[in-house]
Amino acid sequence: MNIRIIPRLDIKGPNLVKGIHFEGLRVLGKPENFARHYFEQGADELIYMDAVASLYGRNSLAAIVERTSREIFIPLSVGGGLRSVDDIRAVLRAGADKVSLNTAAVARPELIREASRAFGSSTIVVSIEAIRRKDGTYEAYTDYGRQASGRNAVEWAVQAVELGAGELVVTSIDCEGTAHGYDLALTKLVAELVPVPVIASGGAGTAAHVCEVVRDGCADAVSLASLLHYNRIRHAGDAGDDFASEGNIEFLKGGATYSRTEDVSLRDIKRALQASGIDCRYEAVS
Amino acid sequence: MSASGRSSAHVAIVDYGLGNLFSVAQACRAVGLGSTITNDRPTIEHADAVILPGVGAFGDAMQTLRRLDLIGVLRDTPARGIPLIGICLGVQLLMTESQEFGRHQGLGLIDGEVIRLDQPQEQGRRLKVPQVGWNRIHPSGGGTERWSGTPLDGLHDGEFMYFVHSFVVVPEDQSVVSSTTTYGDVEFCSSVSSGRIFACQFHPERSGQRGLGVYTNLRQLVEAGAEERRTSA
Repeated sequence: MNIRIIPRLDIKGPNLVKGIHFEGLRVLGKPENFARHYFEQGADELIYMDAVASLYGRNSLAAIVERTSREIFIPLSVGGGLRSVDDIRAVLRAGADKVSLNTAAVARPELIREASRAFGSSTIVVSIEAIRRKDGTYEAYTDYGRQASGRNAVEWAVQAVELGAGELVVTSIDCEGTAHGYDLALTKLVAELVPVPVIASGGAGTAAHVCEVVRDGCADAVSLASLLHYNRIRHAGDAGDDFASEGNIEFLKGGATYSRTEDVSLRDIKRALQASGIDCRYEAVS
Repeated sequence: MSASGRSSAHVAIVDYGLGNLFSVAQACRAVGLGSTITNDRPTIEHADAVILPGVGAFGDAMQTLRRLDLIGVLRDTPARGIPLIGICLGVQLLMTESQEFGRHQGLGLIDGEVIRLDQPQEQGRRLKVPQVGWNRIHPSGGGTERWSGTPLDGLHDGEFMYFVHSFVVVPEDQSVVSSTTTYGDVEFCSSVSSGRIFACQFHPERSGQRGLGVYTNLRQLVEAGAEERRTSA
């Protein structure tokens, strides 16, 4: 099977943002420019996540999704603030191929069943965002890592699949943005328990981390953010100039560099996967 | 992708409530092929080609097509010389019957059945079902000449396409199999081509530039067919 590399773009208002443990969001540029770059580099899918949607009670990505789906012909998942079958229908109509549910599904798990009936399981991705407890178990969080749910994240993952989730994105909030590597134990726990694909998310700082979570974490796909975004900012001349002036733009204005992540592109990561015997789609885009 | 102007040909994308209709429409638009998302029988009857997309359950889909009274017009499409394109669940619906959650009758345009992807394994590891992701397609029974004159024309042996499915089609007549794909240790039919029918298990509209190439070929086939009908009318 071919491992998928899925750039994840967290979006706040008109801008691509990135934080650490979902906090301290820095503005990095225009999401569409990053999306186009990743498409050209051979990304296998894209994830758009509205970082503030659950807080404000709405997903505001429809316009960005519509523009993206006209020029990027790979699957696009959209998440953040989707509360009902009608909300889901609206982003699918805007051009999303899949939706990703967390907060609303934790509050009312039946939403997963209703949504997978209405649109097919393969359209419904459930996003599990977890923090490791002192006793070694994991707790699911909602609202972009702001709210503890009291649920055991691994049990919730299994239940979500029983209710009809076609895929799971499993994010370790502890690792998210740190560039220290994925939570291999969490990824493996979930990946071995559920029959559907698991997308590992949170923590990639090197190409070796990506290989590791596939080999040792049994991930079927990997989501990447900082690792790819900072690589693009280092090398693409326009990245730091093209953003809307709202949110925390100090990082871009200051022209600072970010040294936590290895300087590798999406193509470099695919080469590293192949070099370590892991299959993935690899083609030159003309 | 060069779309040299808009085509005069027009395709109907059958809307029965499920599926990636909008990405199919975007792909048509990207190659300059006009399309309408519709469940109106006359609109489907007058189209230069019919695309049957879809995700979800076979039984539900057939029930909805029956309720919308679209079974007849879909069955007649290839016989009237109009291209019928099935995508994902669309290829499965063309078969005689499916084993998905009980037995269900399909459109019966291609003899064969739909079965579950049977416990694929790779290096001792059980692979996930549904298969979600990119996989290679290979011409059935030899070289890529099998694909000439079909929507797969010009693709390389081993081209990557995007798949999302738990079930696969098993046509009785091997000569209708256009491409095969291997998932772990399971080889399956990933597209069929027979007369005016072309249908694939993968999603060309989500398969990058190569996938759009399939739509470019489709546009040419649809235009050529429409032109032929105009001159013979």
